[in-house]
Parts: sequence; C-alpha cells; structure tokens
Amino acid sequence: MSEDLIFGLYIFALATFVGYQVISRVPPLLHTPLMSGTNAISGISLVGSLVAAGAKHDLVSSILGFVAVTAATINVVGGFMITDRMLRMFKKGPTARDGKAH
Amino acid sequence: MGDALISLAYLASSILFIMCLRGLSSPEQGRRGVFLGELGMFIAVIATVAKKEIISYEWIVAGLLLGSTIGTAISLKIPMTKMPERIAFSHAFGGLATALVGVTEYHKLRGLFSVATEASVHAEHGINRLSMGALGFEVFLGSLTFTGSIMAFGKLQGFITGAPVTWKGQNAMNIGAFFGTIALLVYQVIFPETAPTWMFMVMCASGLALGVLAVLPIGGADMPVVISLLNSYAGLAACATGFALKSNILIISGALDGSSGLLLSMMMSKAMNRSFANVVFGAFGTAGGTAAPTTGGAARSFNEATVEDAGAVLQASQSVIVVPGYGMAVSQAQHAVRDLAAALEKRGTEVKYAIHPVAGRMPGHMNVLLAESNVPYDSLYDLDMINDDFARTDAVLVVGANDVVNPGAKTDTSSPIYGMPVFNVEQARSVIVLKRSMNTGFSGAENELFFLPNTMMVLGDAKKTILALVSEVKGGGGH
Repeated sequence: MSEDLIFGLYIFALATFVGYQVISRVPPLLHTPLMSGTNAISGISLVGSLVAAGAKHDLVSSILGFVAVTAATINVVGGFMITDRMLRMFKKGPTARDGKAH
Repeated sequence: MGDALISLAYLASSILFIMCLRGLSSPEQGRRGVFLGELGMFIAVIATVAKKEIISYEWIVAGLLLGSTIGTAISLKIPMTKMPERIAFSHAFGGLATALVGVTEYHKLRGLFSVATEASVHAEHGINRLSMGALGFEVFLGSLTFTGSIMAFGKLQGFITGAPVTWKGQNAMNIGAFFGTIALLVYQVIFPETAPTWMFMVMCASGLALGVLAVLPIGGADMPVVISLLNSYAGLAACATGFALKSNILIISGALDGSSGLLLSMMMSKAMNRSFANVVFGAFGTAGGTAAPTTGGAARSFNEATVEDAGAVLQASQSVIVVPGYGMAVSQAQHAVRDLAAALEKRGTEVKYAIHPVAGRMPGHMNVLLAESNVPYDSLYDLDMINDDFARTDAVLVVGANDVVNPGAKTDTSSPIYGMPVFNVEQARSVIVLKRSMNTGFSGAENELFFLPNTMMVLGDAKKTILALVSEVKGGGGH
C-alpha cells in the first residue's frame, strides 16, 4: 500500500472523528441549517473543478470542468446564503425568557 | 504563490470549516459560523486559482459567475416550505460536480475516447491503483448522488409519485447491479493502465441508474433519512476526490459532510425505530396498510367537532401544546399557527410546540417553518424535553401530524410503527386533531388516538381551520 493512501486515511479518520464530535453538539433545532451548511462546505469540490476547468488539457476537460465549477459554485454561494437566511429567522422570545424554567 | 503557501491556505480553510460547523451548536453563534465558513471558502478558492496548473481563466470565470447568479437567485427566492426540495437539489449539484471532476481527471490520465492501448499506456502521467480506486469511488458515488437526489427532489415536488414503487426481484436486481459495478471497479484497480475505458463509462452509467433505482422504492415520509444519506454520500464522494487528487482539504471537508449526513440519518432512523437496512430496502407500510382498514372498518365512531367546539376548548385551556407535522407544511399553516398562539398567549394561555425528529420531510423542517413565522425558538421542544408535560396539559393541537402521535406505537405490537418513539398526546385533558380526512398516515397504521373519547377531530384544510379558530379565540375573549 502506498504512502499516499495511508496518509490520506489518517486525515480521513481524524476529520471524521472531529466532524462527529462537532456535529453531535448541533441541536435538532438547527438540523436544517446544518444540512445546508455542510452542503456549502462540500462545495469544496470547487477546488477540484477549478483545476479541471483551468488546466487547458483539451476542450472536453474544459467544458466538463466548466459545468463542475458552475454546479459547485451554486452549492457554495447558495448554501452559505440560505444557511444565513435561515439562521437570521431564529429568534429568542423576548417575554419567554424570564418566564421559562429551563 | 508557492506550493507551501497554498497548502497553508488550505489548512486555514479546513480549520475555518470546522469552526463554521461548531458555530451551528447555537442559533446565536450560527451566523458568525457561516461567516467563518465563507471566509474559509474564499481563501481556498484564491489559493486554488493561484496554482500553477491553472493557465486559463475564461472557463473558470464563466462558471463562477453563472454558479453565483443561479445560487443567489435560488437562495433569495425559495420559500421556506420548499427547503427539503432545495436541499435535495443541491445534493444533486454536489454529486454532479464531484462526478465530473472524476471524469475529467480520468480523461486526463487515460483519455476517455482513445482506444485503450499503446497511447494511453505511455501517457505522460499514467494512472496508479490508488488514483484509479479513488476516481472509481468518486465517480460512482457522485453519479449515484446526482440521480438519487433528483429522484428525491421529484418525489418531494410530486412529479414522481411519493408512494414506494416496488416490483418483484427489485432488491435482488439492485444488489446485483451494485456488486457488478464493484467488480468492474476492482478489475480497473488491478489493471489501472490497461483496463478498457468502456468499463469506466459503464461504471458511471451504473451509478446513475442505481441512484434512480435505489430511491424509487422509498416513500415520501422516509425522505428525512434519504436526504441525510444522500448528504453523507455527497461528502464521501468529495472525500474520494481528495484521495484521487491528493488534496487534504477535500478529504477533510468531505469527511465533515459525510459524518454529518451519517449522524443525521442515524438520528432519523432511531426516531422511527427502524434500521438503515429497513429504510433502504423495506418499502414501508405496504403490508400493514392493506390489512388495517379491513380490521378497523369504516364504521368506527369518532368525535367530529366543529371549529366552535374546538375554539371553546382552547379558550378554557391554561396550557396548550401544538404538535405540527408535514400537513402543516402542505397547507402552509405555520403563520396561522403563530397567530393562534399569539391570540391564546394574549389570554394568558401558555403555548409550547412539540417537534418530533422526523416531523416533515427533512431533519429540522418544522423548526425552520416555525422560526420563519416568528415563533421564538425557545418555545420549540424536542421529544425528550416535552413528553412528560402532556399529562399536565389542558389541550393539545395536532396540526397535520399522524404517525408521531399514534399511541399504538407504544402498545400495539402488530402495528408497523411499533416501537417508534411518539408523543404522549393522549395523556392531555383534551386533544384537537386537525386533519384533511380520516385516511391513515404514511405508515398505513390505524391511529387509535382519533377514536379516544378525549379527542376531537376537526376535518378540513388546516390553515382555514386555524384561521377560523383564531377568530373564535379572539371573539370569545371579548365577551
């Protein structure tokens, strides 16, 4: 097995563990913003798409890369924007605050 | 920019992404988290564009502009009731992007259209087993996520039937296709330089086909699990891209996305007391749905109440718990619910909301709808937090929910939803159920709650009924 694979697996295992820990702290209240937020982050495939679109290998690669850049950008821009739009709506009740036991 | 600097920029982005997700642990810090995520993405894009492999910018700029325009337009326009569709749609784009990156990389290394012989074997870079395996996974998972998410989108939108579509031998066929694809992948990994390129194309096609086939038999109410699973696949596909391109930031981000999706689908399955395998392979309720009506019969009597009766009960209540379900989203009743709660609170009645983890069509669906109509989030309660309160509550208002308030899940071992955690609504003094008709819920299980003496059924469109209730509660208060 190659060095690259082992190294990649290390990163994968540790990142999965961190992800699991961080995400288990997200309350069910915010599960929809969590989904759209992770969706925006997974738009990081943009990094690969940019290289595909800009490497000027041949026309096929450029066109496929262009479509990939477009799709990934929709997720990145749209994902972050809609997550923010949703989070803006969550408000604490002004009156409920003092009346609540928890 | 030097390579080391680019790698450091990616490291900064990865840390920012983790901090972004950490911010989502509370609504107060959420927006700051989103900002950190955006910053991380900005840094990553700048670093990538500075790479020396990138020599032309016209396709990049065109893609970035087009993507930003479409992404912005969708985010600003889409109503909150359509969030499950939006999420499914964006998973489709995520899958598409990763699949295409994989195809492009394969094309670069092997030449998709050249006959696989001399030329490609002696290609400049060549392809090793690790790249081949990672590319294979990436393209297969990416295309599966692409079509699977489009199917989920179609089922949510209603242009594909929300009911499970099943036929004899379906699972055997899907499993066969899956292992066939794996076999192709294994062959290509063993002979990365010489395996014919048609194998790669067949693998793409099979991923596309399996996405459709896998989601077809899954019913509408199981969408929370399906959407979470597709989220997880999209993440894993991004991870595989990371292995193929030797990019740590892709591996890290993909792992974050993958673990989030996996965790959510586990929570959703648990909230339905069903295993993954059951959701994915078992078309739900087909057996129970046909049996229940014949034993239950249409002749069973229930208390059909008028809006006036229900209004009187609400007026006399000191405490009310609202249990919303998918029906609230369908009839867009969330603003009316808020108005009713405001009218009740004005009379001194305490109003709380009980949110089941699988209410609606995606995780957190009900919370977002109620937040949109200005319900403060500290009056929204999870299953565990509120289930003991029902016994001390005067009235429960069930708005378009069915299976999550079915007491049969606790007692009736023959029920298809037996064992699913449900709200103890029947313990409240009175229960008002707003429902379109007396049809059974998604599971096909008869709901005993509707026939209990302390239950009032108000049939009709939930939004209209609630608006009528608002004027009942307000009017009665004045006299």
